[in-house]
Amino acid sequence: MKILVPVKRVIDYNVKPRVKADGSGVDLANVKMSMNPFDEIAVEEALRIKEAGNAEEVIAVSVGPAKAAETLRTALAMGADRAILIETDETVEPLAVAKLLAKVAAEENPGLILLGKQAIDDDSNQTGQMLAALLGWGQATFANTVTVEAGSITVARDVDGGLQTVKLNTPAIVTTDLRLNEPRYASLPNIMKAKKKPLDTKTPGDYGVDITPRLTTLKVAEPPVRSAGIKVADVDALVEKLKVLGVGA
Amino acid sequence: MTDFDDWRARSPFYDESHEALAQSVRRFVAREIAPYIDQWEADGELPRDLHRKAADAGILGLRYPEAYGGHSEGFDIFHGMTQTEELAAVGAGGLTASLMTHGIGLPPVLALGSDALKDMVAPPVLAGEKIIALGITEPSGGSDVAGLKTRAERVGDHYVVNGSKMFITSGMRADWLTCAVRTGGAGAGGISLLLIDIDTPGVTRTRLDKMGWRCSDTAAIYLQDVRVPADRLIGPENGGFIGIMRNFNSERLGMAMGCCAFARVCLKEAVQWAQTRETFGKTLVKHQSIRIKLADMARRIAATQAWVDQCAWGLENGRDQPADFAMLKVQATQMLEIVAREAAQILGGASYITGSKVERIYREVRVNAIGGGSEEIMLDLAGRQLFGGK
Repeated sequence: MKILVPVKRVIDYNVKPRVKADGSGVDLANVKMSMNPFDEIAVEEALRIKEAGNAEEVIAVSVGPAKAAETLRTALAMGADRAILIETDETVEPLAVAKLLAKVAAEENPGLILLGKQAIDDDSNQTGQMLAALLGWGQATFANTVTVEAGSITVARDVDGGLQTVKLNTPAIVTTDLRLNEPRYASLPNIMKAKKKPLDTKTPGDYGVDITPRLTTLKVAEPPVRSAGIKVADVDALVEKLKVLGVGA
Repeated sequence: MTDFDDWRARSPFYDESHEALAQSVRRFVAREIAPYIDQWEADGELPRDLHRKAADAGILGLRYPEAYGGHSEGFDIFHGMTQTEELAAVGAGGLTASLMTHGIGLPPVLALGSDALKDMVAPPVLAGEKIIALGITEPSGGSDVAGLKTRAERVGDHYVVNGSKMFITSGMRADWLTCAVRTGGAGAGGISLLLIDIDTPGVTRTRLDKMGWRCSDTAAIYLQDVRVPADRLIGPENGGFIGIMRNFNSERLGMAMGCCAFARVCLKEAVQWAQTRETFGKTLVKHQSIRIKLADMARRIAATQAWVDQCAWGLENGRDQPADFAMLKVQATQMLEIVAREAAQILGGASYITGSKVERIYREVRVNAIGGGSEEIMLDLAGRQLFGGK
């Protein structure tokens, strides 16, 4: 079985994003970028499945600017076997990414596509689900544990009340949640070896996919600044305040 | 916006491969070191297990020959510098000093040792299984290498060693000591290097407590009638002095880079504090005197880093001069002294409480300014090399 792992280059999770002065988006100039943390979890899970002998090849794929190649190199340094960069400087929305991934899946025939449940930049949480619909494959989102058997994949999903276990026939789509695993750090020699692993560069045009955005961003603004709280004298005063605010029973 | 690791992005010496290495080492530090460093500082030493984990991550073997389990292919001197930077991020100099002691103990073996010696020592050291320390300084002196007093007398197929070694980093945990001894007459021409098994009868050691570098075990090592097989001689008899001296440029460069990294930790702590701490109705950073301090710290660090990078490039490309490394170390330690002081001033009382990175780095200024050759020794050395007056 092949495993396809889409990865996205996003603003680093340690960076405090700043909105552009004209409100047109987040300022990404000279900002540190990294692999979306949920995608790192997906790469890790794919590698563990391969190391357990349940997959032969892990292919990382990314849609984005030329610099997204660095994100793919990270996946290769962690242990992915090869990578595909679908290069575009345009804004890509989840549906466009899902369409491109569906084309890649048609070429590569993976038994499993492992995605992060969402990217930490736009928090869409849509690509995996859209991809499942386009391919007509079963999907298990928010994976907490993934167990691979011959012809099927059992996933325990994080849901509000606890865990929900579902069984999927392959090929299937799984999106990762935070508790699935703790991604490895690439060992330093593997960083160098990753430079020699194959990385194919394609364009959306190669796949015949129109990636024109369907959404228009009207305005991006900083979240409102929280106003200062107040101190209450004692528990009675606190309860009184909560009642006034309608908080609690 | 101030990102404290974005300086590399503006340097001609660092590319995305250095950044990738930084990310990996940073994750290693966050997972395997940061949660435990305070405990190790209290323990007075690092766990052995950390050496094995660091070896697995590729950290111990960086820029050592592949044949001995190292990782040299594709890595340049700036990968080493990047690693130094990331290991410094926890703000505990003892970590690098002790985890990377092989950086001073192993090179003489690799440069001068017999193939048998190299095969015996390098693989387990680079795998984190064995610890190798360097024994030069004695109770009677450190930088005056040519005057060292520990004697090794050749008796049959052994050397019999008598003397003592002082301030030996990782000395309490070391399995091997790359030890400078006097085999010949007075002066530099009578010095040899011997690889001594620490568990040889006659070797005893005492733990030394310190102002800083507390997670690094430091020892006084006593050698009394220690019989060392003659084939443990590293390089030719009475030819050890050069092996000691050739270590120094990279050691000084490494210490200078460490000072820049620790200074950046101080600056980062000070900036974060200044941006949140409110006094007199506004954040500290809105006070002109504090902004000036911060900018002054930043400019000192940037200037020193520029010279560090230039010297590193010179070393890598054979366009270096030893005096530069001696002066560079002084530049870096005096820079750190001022930056650590100013960070402490900005943090105020918080900098005096144990547990803050600035408190620890402030305590470690002196070991940088004295260890590996004091500022006075360094400048005198550079002056002699550059301007004569022997």
